[in-house]
This record gives sequence, C-alpha cells and structure tokens, in this order.
Amino acid sequence: MSLVDTLTTPAEGDVPLSERGPAAVDVVVGFGFWLFLLSDIVIFGSLFAAYAVLAGQTDGGPDGQHLFDRANVLIETGCLLASSFTCGLFSLAIERRAAAATYLWAAVTFAFGAAFLGLELSEFIRMIGEGAAPTRSAFLSAFFTLVGTHGLHVTLGLCWLAVMVAQIATLGFRPHIVRRLFCFSLFWHALDIVWIGVFTIVYLGAAYA
Amino acid sequence: MLGKLSWDAIPFDQPIPMAASLLMILAILAVLATVLLKGWGPYLWREWITSVDHKRIGVMYGLLALVMLLRGFTDAIMMRSQQALAAGDARGYLPPEHYDQIFSAHGTIMIFFVAMPFVIGLMNFIVPLQLGVRDVAFPVLNSISFWLTAAGVLLVNMSLVIGEFAKTGWLVYPPLSELAYSPGVGVDYYLWALQISGAGTLMTGINFTTTILKLRAPGMGYGRMPIFCWTALASNLLIIAAFPILTATFAMLLLDRYLGFHFFTTDGGGNAMMYINLIWAWGHPEVYILILPAFGVYSEVISTFSGKALFGYRSMVVATMAICMLSFMVWLHHFFTMGAGGDVNGVFGIATMIIAVPTGVKIFNWLFTMFGGRVRFTSPILWSLGFMCTFVIGGMTGVLLAVPPADFVLHNSLFLIAHFHNVIIGGVLFGAFAGYTYWFPKAFGFTLDERYGKAAFWFWLIGFYLAFMPLYLLGLMGATRRMQHYPETDWQPLMIVAMIGALFILAGILCIALQLYVSIRNRVALRDRTGDPWNGRTLEWSTASPPPPWNFAFLPHVQAPDAWWRMKQAGQHTSVPGAERQWHAITLPRNSPVGFFISFFAVISGFALIWHIWWMAIIGIAGMAASGLVHAWRIDSEIEIPAEEVAAFEQARQRSAAT
Repeated sequence: MSLVDTLTTPAEGDVPLSERGPAAVDVVVGFGFWLFLLSDIVIFGSLFAAYAVLAGQTDGGPDGQHLFDRANVLIETGCLLASSFTCGLFSLAIERRAAAATYLWAAVTFAFGAAFLGLELSEFIRMIGEGAAPTRSAFLSAFFTLVGTHGLHVTLGLCWLAVMVAQIATLGFRPHIVRRLFCFSLFWHALDIVWIGVFTIVYLGAAYA
Repeated sequence: MLGKLSWDAIPFDQPIPMAASLLMILAILAVLATVLLKGWGPYLWREWITSVDHKRIGVMYGLLALVMLLRGFTDAIMMRSQQALAAGDARGYLPPEHYDQIFSAHGTIMIFFVAMPFVIGLMNFIVPLQLGVRDVAFPVLNSISFWLTAAGVLLVNMSLVIGEFAKTGWLVYPPLSELAYSPGVGVDYYLWALQISGAGTLMTGINFTTTILKLRAPGMGYGRMPIFCWTALASNLLIIAAFPILTATFAMLLLDRYLGFHFFTTDGGGNAMMYINLIWAWGHPEVYILILPAFGVYSEVISTFSGKALFGYRSMVVATMAICMLSFMVWLHHFFTMGAGGDVNGVFGIATMIIAVPTGVKIFNWLFTMFGGRVRFTSPILWSLGFMCTFVIGGMTGVLLAVPPADFVLHNSLFLIAHFHNVIIGGVLFGAFAGYTYWFPKAFGFTLDERYGKAAFWFWLIGFYLAFMPLYLLGLMGATRRMQHYPETDWQPLMIVAMIGALFILAGILCIALQLYVSIRNRVALRDRTGDPWNGRTLEWSTASPPPPWNFAFLPHVQAPDAWWRMKQAGQHTSVPGAERQWHAITLPRNSPVGFFISFFAVISGFALIWHIWWMAIIGIAGMAASGLVHAWRIDSEIEIPAEEVAAFEQARQRSAAT
C-alpha cells in the first residue's frame, strides 16, 4: 500500500489544475452535459448538411421563397429569444433559492416556448394544407425534418421544464436538483443557438435561393 | 391489432433458420432454467443486472461480445462454406435471399455487437482503475448504455426467429434499403436495433470522455495518463463526434421508410449518395473508435512484458490524437467511384495515405519498446506480435486502396474484404484478445491458462492468413464481394483454402472457450494473490484482484507516468498503513434497475415499430419515460461502505499477499 491519503495532497494553487485530482460533482455534471449538447449539435449539423444538399430539390413543387411566411417566423424567433431571457431570470431565481420567483419565471419561459411551438405547428399545418407536405419533395422532407427536430427538442424541453418544476415542488432545491436545473438552462439556450442557424440558413437563405 | 405481424413471419419452410432459431431459443431457455433452478435470480439481479459498478458492467460487455462472436462467426463459416461449394453450375446450400441476410447480419453483428462491446467492455473495466478513481463520471448512465446495447443485440437476434434481417449489406445503402426495394422488416430490424444500441454508445462516449478529462487521481496530469486512457479518450471523442451522424442518418432513412419522405429515394429529388457520404462520415471514424483502444492495449502489453517504459510516450500520444483528427477527413475513400472528380479523389486519397504516418510512428514505438527489453513471450505479447506483422500488411493494402485508380479496379472486390478483415481481425480482435488475457486476472483473481491461450493465438493467426490471403488474390482476379455463387471454377481452389482458414479460426475460438473452462477449473492453482501477476506498471495493478467495489481504499497520488512502477521502485507498495493512517468510510453509487427497465421498454417499442404495432410502441415509449421519471425522484443515490469494512478487506489482502 503506497497509496497516499488524499488529505496529504498539496494545497490548491501549488499544483496545476490537471493534477488536482477528481473534479467536484457540479463540474463533472456540467461538463458531461456540455458534451451531450455538442453531440446534439452534431445531429443538427447532419440535418443542416442534408438541408443544404436538398434545398434546391423541389421536384417541381413549391420552394421556400413562396412558402415561408417570414413575419410569422420573426414572431416565433422573438418568442424563443424571450424565453431564453426569462430562462436566465429563472436561473437567477434558482441561485437565490427564491421559490416564488422560480415558479414565475418557469411559467413565463414555458409560455414563450409553448407559443413558439404553437406558431411553428400552425405554419406546418398551413404548409401541409397548401400541398407542401414533407412527402412532396426532398426539399420539403429536409425542411420538415430539420425544423421539426428543433421543434421536437423544444417539446422535450417543455416536458423537462414541467418535470423540473414538479421536482422543485416535491424535493426542494437539493444539490442534484439544482444541477439538473443548470443542465436544463444549458439545453434551453443551446436550442436558441440552433434556432439562429435555422432562421439564417432556412428562412433568410430562402430569400436568396 | 398486430400490424404486419402474423404466423407467416416465422420461417417454418426454411430448415436452416428454423434450426438455428430453435437452437438459440433452447440455449436461452437452458440458461434461464439453470438460473431459476439454482436460485441465482436474486443474486444476478442484485449484483449484476442492477449493478452500476464499472467493473461489473465491463465484464457484462465482454460476455456479450464473446457470445455474439459465436453468432457472427456462424454467419462467417456459412458464407465461406457456401462460396467453397457454389462454383460453376453449383448453387451451394444457401438460397440468395438467405445468403444476403447472412452477410448483412455478419457485418452488423461483428462491428456493432462484437467489436464495439468488446472494446467498450475493456474501457469500462480498465479506465477508472488506470485513472486511480472509484467509478466513471455517470455510473447509472453507464448501466443504461450497457442495457441499451443488449436491447439492440436482442432485436437483431429476434430477426432470426421472427421475420427476416436486412438483405442489403451491413450499411443498408439506399436506394436498395428504401421501402420500394426492401419492403420487408429486415431493414427496420437493422435500423431500430442500431438506433437503440447507438444511443447507448453515445452515452458511453460522453461518460468516458468526462471521466478521463475530469476524474483522475491526484497528480495524474495529462502527461502521466496511461496510454490506454489516451487511446480511450481519442476513441470516446470520436464517438461523441461520429455517432450523432449515424443517428441522424438512420433517422432520415426511417422517415423515408415510415412516412414517405424523400431523403434518399430515387424519386422526389432524393439523393442516395448523400446517405453514402453521411454513413461514412460516421463509418470511417468508427473504425478508429475500434482500433485506437486496441493500440492502447498493445502499448500496455508490450511495455509490461518488455519490462520497459513505453518508448516515445509523447509521440504515441501525438500519433493517437493525430489519427483521431485525420479519421474525419478521409470518408470519401470508401466511394471513390462516386464520381467526385480527380481533384476531390486526389485530396482524399492523399489524406488517407497520411494516416499511415502516425500509425507507422506507433509501430516503431512498439518495436523500440521491445528493443533492449527482456521480452516475456506470454500469450498477450504473442497477440501483439501477431498484430504488428499482420497489421502492417493490412495497412499497406489500405494505402494501395487509397490510390483512386487502383480503387476503381479493386472497389467492391474480395480484395477490399481481405483488407478490412486484415485490419479488423489483425488489429481490433487480436487487441481485444490481448486485453482479455492481460486483464482477465484483474477481473477474476486468477490468470488464464497459457497453453490454450497460445494455441488459440496460433490457430487464429494461421486461420486468418489461410482465410484472407486467398481473398486478396481472388479480388485481383476479379471476384466481387457478396457472391452467392460464381461461374469461374478457377476460383474454387482458393475459396476452399479460405474455408479451411475459417475452420482454423473455429479451432481458435474453441481454444478460447476451452481456455476459459480449464482456467476456471484450475482457478486455485492460477490464483493471483498479489494483484500484480505480470509485474505491471499502471495503477490497476496496485489494487487487489478482483478489486473491491471501491477500487482503491485511498486515492493513489501519482508522481510519474507508469505510476505503479514508480511506487514499486520507491518501495512504497509494501508499506503497511501506519498508525497515523485513518481508514475512511467510502461513498459509492447505489445500484439502480433503471437501465434494465428502460432497455426492456426499448425492446418493446423497437419490436412494435418494426412490425407497425402502434399501440405497443406507445406502451414501450411510455414505459421508458416512466422508468426515467421514477428514477428522477430517487433521493438515496449513494451507499456508504463503513471504514471497518474497508480496513478488514485491505488487511486481509495484505496477509494474503504476504503468504
């Protein structure tokens, strides 16, 4: 047994970060979740690539320039960005362990997210009604899959938010609950970043196609 | 009510699949009956199925890989015997629709359910021990990963009994895999099995990257990390970057097949070549996900059995990370014949050849590690030497295939088949066996029988050369891959040689099975009391064999690469804890059945989606969500091992090692 007790490790500051031993659980969880987000972004990257390849393949059907209602999309974007801002306020409330403010900002975040989702769904329904269903052409398959995958993420995010509110209500601000809330806010902000890509490449891009 | 499922799904009229299915069902029933009769159920549930201990999970991955190796090899020997027979006017004994399923299943099983679980199993077992820590970053997630892989295995094996497997080759290229040309459930079995197990693999990648970057013993800076951990890091980074592409690509194909989308279809503006690009953007990194940890195993084995530190540790790390990066820049060499043009093919051809440079660095590092060392010729080092000779040949044929004009001739020929079996058997599988033999005593507390181990090596090595060198020649003679029969009777002698090679490999597999049996029988004589049977260099050898659930009573303090070797040189390994040393209680993650339940419902939803039984799919998905939610409300996620128990274990170990 050579194994030196961790208590005898030199004080922090004397040793480089990489030699200080296992990181704290908050760091580990946050880091792992960042890696998950990166992998999720690779999924979106593949879907973006597919969209870029297939964007011109309308098979004689409608193209983006005639289909997209950019005013509607701008409102959608506003809702999602606003929900990201209120998600930040949600995080600040959690940091203060202020239950009432936490519930309030959770509800506002949820409402903005749900509004985004409602607008997106109404756009999808309108398009399908106009004969621009995903089965019409490769362009529409790629469009519905890319935007729909983002929408699916928002849906799962809303479910997650609801579960987290229930967790705060039943379990309180325990350390592992706070860590999950931190991961949720990372997830929610990441969805904004992806949406900026969707807005730019899909909706603004269609104007120049 | 039952979607596409009916009694027609069971192949009553085909004797071979029926016999294989019955055999498989009987084997499963026999295992279940034994477990029930002997009353092992509660033990298995408590200690294995719900275990979140990385060592237990690693062992289960290894067992899964060995069992699936038998299944994949059965497919292999059927193909070799079919091709040995079906020359000229002969048609062999396997009809085309069955033969096509066999080669598709062989590739799928060998890559996803043998090589991957074997490599991930080794990483699971060894990485935390080498890092000097008590578990991975996310132990419950680790259990979920394993059970999702097992769920994929179960679905692939169900296809043997109920329905059919893909007849499209192991990467289900469209348009053949589209609904118009593959209306059966085979491609759906493939896609859902791999979506489910792929999700597990992605979680493994996140888990191990976090573990290696954030959880290391005090003092273990990056320059002191064992080389196997470096290769595991590279492999898991590749998993994070590559597996999401696989998930997205399969999702697109599923949308084509289930909802009539037009990603890869021949009509509606779809683009099948996009699938080929995307699948290889995953597929090429995938081969490095497999080979890099094998390189790590060879590095550990060669260093230990040469009694020397690894030559050029830093260059080995740089070479590993260089291969990690380059692996993403060469995917197009899998389809030079796409017609991307001379410039594009040239760039990808040269990028491919550049990979030979860091690989060559590694080969020389291993040679110089042995040079001047006192090499002990145990079976792990035989596997390593066999690898070095074989892999160099496979690497050179790879460089040959990287020349686009040569590839136009050899594309889709048996030359290609010979090349990738050369690197995967000679590289990944030999590495897996080297690691299995090397670390077996750490996992079970006794070494493996050397006579059978060496016999297994020689049978595998000779069998490999007999089975695949003829395929190189046949490829040059114009034989294409995936032939159910061929008109050229001139090819038959070489096909028969290849068949004999497969029989040698069968003997090698039998030796591995016998080795396990004989070693378990002689386990008292083969017992490892020291925890360090090979005079090892890294931290896994500093703890008991098998290690206690907490791995280390005290986290080791690392002062150099080869930390354990340094401790032994400094005489620190024998020091009995002094009076000033306080034993501490140790906190460990509590077992959880969530992985088992999620995967149980994943099998149900996968099966339901394959057969279009929508109500059952909803039940499966709801079951997965419910399992996750129940787990989310768990509070007591840790158990505490009292200090007395730790002290009692360590003191007993000291006494045992002293005798």
